[in-house]
Amino acid sequence: MASKSFRAAINEALKLEMRRDNRVIVLGEDVAGGRGGSANVEEAWGGPFGMTRGLYKEFGATRVLDTPITESAFVGATAGAAMTGLRPVAEVMFVDFTGVCFDQIMNQIAKIRYMFGGKAKLPLVIRMLYGAGYRAGAQHSQCLYPIYTHLPGLKVAVPSNPHDAKGLLISAIRDDDPVLFFEHKAILGMKGEVPDEAYEVPLGKANIVRAGKDVTVVAIGRMVHMAEKAAAALAKEGIDCEVIDPRTTSPLDTAAILASVRKTGRLVAVDEAYPRCNMATDIAALAAQEAFGSLRAPVRMVSPPHVPVPFAAPLEDLYIPNADKVAEAVRATVKHTSSS
Amino acid sequence: MQQSRDQLLKAYRVMSRIREFDERLHVEFATGEIPGFVHLYAGEEAVAAGICAHLSDRDYIASTHRGHGHCIAKDCDVTGMMAEIYGKAAGLCGGKGGSMHIADLDKGMMGANGIVGAGTALVCGAALSAKTLGTGGVAVAFTGDGGSNQGTVFEAMNLASVWSLPAIFVFENNGYGEATASEWALAGGDIVRRAQAFAMPGHQVDGNDYFAVWDAMRQATERARAGQGPSLIECKMKRYYGHFEGDTQNYRAKEEIETLRAEKDCMKRFRAQVGEAGLIDVAALDAIDAEAKAEIDAAVKAAKAAPTPPASALMTDVYASY
Ligand SMILES: Cc1ncc(C[n+]2csc(CCOP(=O)(O)OP(=O)(O)O)c2C)c(N)n1
Ligand SMILES: [Mg+2]
Repeated sequence: MASKSFRAAINEALKLEMRRDNRVIVLGEDVAGGRGGSANVEEAWGGPFGMTRGLYKEFGATRVLDTPITESAFVGATAGAAMTGLRPVAEVMFVDFTGVCFDQIMNQIAKIRYMFGGKAKLPLVIRMLYGAGYRAGAQHSQCLYPIYTHLPGLKVAVPSNPHDAKGLLISAIRDDDPVLFFEHKAILGMKGEVPDEAYEVPLGKANIVRAGKDVTVVAIGRMVHMAEKAAAALAKEGIDCEVIDPRTTSPLDTAAILASVRKTGRLVAVDEAYPRCNMATDIAALAAQEAFGSLRAPVRMVSPPHVPVPFAAPLEDLYIPNADKVAEAVRATVKHTSSS
Repeated sequence: MQQSRDQLLKAYRVMSRIREFDERLHVEFATGEIPGFVHLYAGEEAVAAGICAHLSDRDYIASTHRGHGHCIAKDCDVTGMMAEIYGKAAGLCGGKGGSMHIADLDKGMMGANGIVGAGTALVCGAALSAKTLGTGGVAVAFTGDGGSNQGTVFEAMNLASVWSLPAIFVFENNGYGEATASEWALAGGDIVRRAQAFAMPGHQVDGNDYFAVWDAMRQATERARAGQGPSLIECKMKRYYGHFEGDTQNYRAKEEIETLRAEKDCMKRFRAQVGEAGLIDVAALDAIDAEAKAEIDAAVKAAKAAPTPPASALMTDVYASY
């Protein structure tokens, strides 16, 4: 076991699965890079963020395919290839760009199996960067996994750390359903213990990041770290948080969330996605319907305001939910019961 | 040559200001003070200048992620642009957009764009407005060689032709889309050949040659303003810097850029062209360069000193009314 970055964990998962199964291919814009350039290099980039580095060298042009800038075509091709024998892993750089190929994901990939009465399988993965904090502006900073979670037929993974990133990606590649895989651009360099060998982190199984008895804090992706930071600070105030990382938003481990809420009686849901119809509202609704009798305080949701992601640094910092905002929400749920 | 001395001086001033703006940004970006993604236009100035020389405020352009040159050529305020790039309240978009989203509708500038290929569809709409409202205006979409392969672009060209819109599709074929050469990514080799498929005239010009760009655009605007429909112009040249600031550019040969700067540079070429024709003396052009340097220097200083947007700005501008 060694300390590896989130980026390295993703890269390792891709390599291991490509070695294991030669039906696994990788495609996307500049996943190798350098095609036709005057320097005549085989792999100029290995992905715009270096996530696919070394793949071209090891697996060659038949399994590592650069694409023109044509998301509709290559994401659609991913579906066609998956239905007919390959196990493609596409990279759509930023999730924001899936706007271009939304139909292929929403009406093709998500529907095909059901519409065909279960006759088709779509073992494909679409990897995308998401999230704010990069000063990248409104079209390069969105979360959008709630949109894909909304669509039946898709699985959605949002890993929060290098260990889960590797294990979830391996599960996603081995899974016979389409998986949309979200990588937060602000944690690509984050390090953690990652076993060298291949392993699976199951899709649909939450991780209890920190056990506690007073308040359940469910957080998604990068927000898990905000929740952990808040929990550490709150512990000093005598508030004991249970932090849950669902790891996938579809399937969602509702059992783990509900068990925790029934135990603590309080819920704070933290999501970096826009606040309307996001994972926080979804999880709040779940608790309201299934664990109402256990709730000792109104559910609190911590999300950005309902605005696009601003460019200017102070505005973006204000926009992103942070540990202070999480802690504030937790305190509010605790206060509510003691004063009523 | 059909351009007056004033027109030529103006064109050179546009190129000089673009060059200085982006050369300076290259230096300033390295200090770490500029947030986000910045894509420089240096090396492509003759395109923005030659195209926009035919446009006024009633005409619209839609730009790309590599938009600084288009903004300057469309007469956007450079101080406001610089402040925007620094994320300051005085920026053209109040600091909410950044380099990739600079816009100024009063100047007919419909925005840089973070989504490759998206501007072509917007331009169909602007051209439709011009046609429907009878403004006499035209609308111009700038797209890269990489962007030329997006489905939206094909759809927009077809729509513009079917509706006979006063739209002009300018393709800046600068050799690369990120780290991939257009030679590899463009089936058929030339973008200009696609014009025929959509029943519009196509021009392919040397993008380092201001006069060639200018002349192609003259024909395209005449046609559009006469109600005869869209045109396509493919300009070929190369960018001087990486895809974005920070790009190691290991996909291009080291000598490529040196050769470009030494032998192909559009500003040197312009100087030679007007000099040979005895139209403008060197001193006048040098004076323009000096002015541009001072202007950009002042813009950088102002941007650095300017205040960031207030917290209240986070919640404004989402809706016109809610
Ligand atoms: C829909 C979409 N896909 C991918 C990207 C990422 N991206 C930004 S610029 C770029 C290359 C564009 O190349 P080209 O159109 O040739 O313009 P150039 O950068 O050369 O000016 C890519 C792939 C994007 N911004 N939007
Ligand atoms: Mg290009």
